[in-house]
Amino acid sequence: MSVKNSTTASESALMAGQAAQSPSEYIQSYLKRVTSGDLGSLPIILGLILIAIIFQSQNENFLTARNFVNLIVQMAGVTTIAYGVVFVLLIGEIDLSIGYVSAVAAVTMTLLLREPGGWPWYAALGLALVAVALIGMVQGLIITTFQLPSFVVTLAGLLAWNGVVLIMIGGAGTVIIQDSVIVGIANYFLPAIWGWILALVFVAGYTLTRVRQVIARRNQGLSTTPMLIVVLQIVGLAILSLLAVYVCNHDRGVPFVGIILLVFLVGFSFLATKTPFGRYVYAVGGNKEAARRAGISVQRIQVIVFMISSAMAGMGGIILASRLRSVDTAAGGGNLLLNAIAAAVIGGTSLFGGSGRVSSAVLGALIIMSVENGMGLLGLSSGVKFVITGLVLLLAVLVDAISRRSRTQSGLA
Amino acid sequence: MVSDKPLLELKGVSKRFGAVQALTKVDFFCYPGEVMALVGDNGAGKSTLIKGIAGIYPFDEGEVYYDGKQVHIHSPKDCAALGIEIVYQDLALADNLDVVANMFLGRERVLPPWRLDEASMEKDCVKTLDSLSVTTLRSVRQPVASLSGGQRQAIAVAKAVMWNSRLVILDEPTAALGVAQTRQVLDLVRRLADKGLAVVLISHNLHDIFEVTDRITVLRLGQKVREFRTSETTQQEVVHAITAGKLQEVPGMVKS
Ligand SMILES: Nc1ncnc2c1ncn2[C@@H]1O[C@H](COP(=O)(O)OP(=O)(O)OP(=O)(O)O)[C@@H](O)[C@H]1O
Ligand SMILES: [Mg+2]
Repeated sequence: MSVKNSTTASESALMAGQAAQSPSEYIQSYLKRVTSGDLGSLPIILGLILIAIIFQSQNENFLTARNFVNLIVQMAGVTTIAYGVVFVLLIGEIDLSIGYVSAVAAVTMTLLLREPGGWPWYAALGLALVAVALIGMVQGLIITTFQLPSFVVTLAGLLAWNGVVLIMIGGAGTVIIQDSVIVGIANYFLPAIWGWILALVFVAGYTLTRVRQVIARRNQGLSTTPMLIVVLQIVGLAILSLLAVYVCNHDRGVPFVGIILLVFLVGFSFLATKTPFGRYVYAVGGNKEAARRAGISVQRIQVIVFMISSAMAGMGGIILASRLRSVDTAAGGGNLLLNAIAAAVIGGTSLFGGSGRVSSAVLGALIIMSVENGMGLLGLSSGVKFVITGLVLLLAVLVDAISRRSRTQSGLA
Repeated sequence: MVSDKPLLELKGVSKRFGAVQALTKVDFFCYPGEVMALVGDNGAGKSTLIKGIAGIYPFDEGEVYYDGKQVHIHSPKDCAALGIEIVYQDLALADNLDVVANMFLGRERVLPPWRLDEASMEKDCVKTLDSLSVTTLRSVRQPVASLSGGQRQAIAVAKAVMWNSRLVILDEPTAALGVAQTRQVLDLVRRLADKGLAVVLISHNLHDIFEVTDRITVLRLGQKVREFRTSETTQQEVVHAITAGKLQEVPGMVKS
């Protein structure tokens, strides 16, 4: 219906570039988007509130500062891997090797750190990440050069890298990490004052970006988001950030991994939405042929995305190893791979390419890990946990499918 | 508007795909400010001619002149550098991207070091659409998937003209469109020529062709059989040329 209404829009409406002029118009157009099925992150936020209510009513330890900090640390590894998954899904591919690739990075780093004669932490970490990025490059080159389905090539990778992990660890079984910096990645908490300072820096950075955006549009004579809305968004973000720091500081402080997650979130969101590379990623996922005819080197984009995927898997594996302070033969196994992909999908990134956001990694991981965390508090068996996680995934995909349908009906597909 | 020198001129171009002689010594030209129709039955070689100009399948022999100078087009990049833009029948728009992103795809404006200059791209996108009187869009920030067929076609055409292109080639731009949308696209085609661009229009719809074109080139079995001034011919005459036009060479016979 919205398309029909709008075909009468005048030339000046096009000049105005759609964004509404007054706050009330802005809110109206937002509500219109929501009612026509463009729900954005709304279902996830409602889902999180629901999860919080359910678990808090069952166990009063769920909504505590201690558990909040635990949750951040627990979700860090999966979220980091899921950042890479988002990019792979955006170009319409899949990477099943990320679970064991994450283990390859963790084991490589851990073995390099082993005393005597251990490498400095930065060299070990750097080499491990370069190694897995090369894995991504090789897999990407095989997929694109021979036109093979990424599903099959990375499935082969899943098997092969699992084998490599077992060979590398050998008879040792478990290798302990002793380097204090690496252990600190997932086990260090910022002093209270640094939490506050970082929150302020974050909000200031966001404010600067928004203001710069408004000025750039105004300079070009384009319509801008109403100032009131911009201010409200900034204030809202400030309240959320300060609240998060306040809660963390009531426990051990802001976890260092929380900052890592935030830096990746901001960096990759910038890459995806504000740079030509990100634009090409969406274009390749939306219409490969169009991208090719536009002069985009499709293969280059695909290979780089598989490298991002592997490198982020490696980073996630290192975070997980840091949390355990060791690696063992089970590293990268279990439901790590499926949780990472599920996180991106639950967060709203499409499996069919071209649609999704970097933030979906965080939102989806929040859902998965808070359900897991809550069920852990309730002492449920792992069988029950899997069933419920499966249902959550199904629910998320259903919400997405239904909202997509109503979007198609209202011409907003 | 109409100049007396052709902007693009092909002299005796041929193209062979293995055993298939897709084009045989074809001469073709188009003038700035004019719409040249390219017609012919299925398999006549229209798309092959376009792909030769585009540099997708460079010609085997023959010469290409642009602006009176001989040029060699080996890739789509060479073609774009000359100011030739091609609107393929399947459009090649990325549905998930908005109008602005599609118009600038592959040629984004960047603020150093790597930031997309969204505001200036949006402004020029709106300017181009306005100059073509494409005014039925609700917003240039809506994804292309939400546009109607005619609007999408208009975006594809606008994308082609935004780059100071001097020659726009459209391969069956109205094949999938309804009456009203066909109207929009034909109007747009005419406006391009009136702005001084050279336009080549491939179509199977003679009615449309008689409405907007200035000249008609007829291909048959890879050869150019006739060329008409639209105002001096009739649909019957063109149909006859398409189906039974006199061939210079009997197909299959290789001339030594
Ligand atoms: N890539 C190719 N490989 C082999 N043969 C080709 C190729 N492209 C075109 N041909 C052949 O060249 C001839 C001309 O094809 P072309 O696509 O140019 O026809 P057309 O005039 O565009 O037809 P239509 O109206 O159906 O689009 C046909 O016999 C076709 O089979
Ligand atoms: Mg054709």
